[in-house]
Amino acid sequence: MQLARVAGTVVATRKDPGLHGLKLLVLQPLAPDGAAAGASLVGVDSIGAGVGETVFIVRGREASFPFLPRQVPTDAAVVASVDSWFVDDTAPES
Amino acid sequence: MLLARIIGTVVATQKDERLVSSKLLVVQPLDAHRAARGGQLVAVDTVDAGFGETVLIVSGSSARLAGQLQETPVDAAIVGIVDTVELTEH
Repeated sequence: MQLARVAGTVVATRKDPGLHGLKLLVLQPLAPDGAAAGASLVGVDSIGAGVGETVFIVRGREASFPFLPRQVPTDAAVVASVDSWFVDDTAPES
Repeated sequence: MLLARIIGTVVATQKDERLVSSKLLVVQPLDAHRAARGGQLVAVDTVDAGFGETVLIVSGSSARLAGQLQETPVDAAIVGIVDTVELTEH
């Protein structure tokens, strides 16, 4: 899973019925230091995330799980809004 | 999921029988600013997308959650036709 920033929204009126009523968000994956890391992608919102927020995304088939039993054809979903995080990757090999 | 532009079609008369009723389109993935990014691929259309349209592509195993593709050997499906992409510059 990855940290990401909600960078925008996508509107698509003609779409698979499985996506009806769900918000499509433009997501920019982030490195632990908060910098953009890698290409942006589109994911389905499952928690009511807002543009500009830092979130947590899951990719692949599991991205459809937050919506079960409903069958949502997505390979990326926002599953959490992040309040804060701490990383110390300078720690010595223990 | 990926944003992409429809740039072509594929005709394949000899193919897996489960693909018989599927419309195969060639798409060019795009970044959020709709600039071409990454290699082109073939995706099954489930929303009747047209040439040149910007669409939404679902990839991998999730592609079989689209339309009636459950038993179809596909890993990329077009699941939406994009009207607008709004970005907040950060």
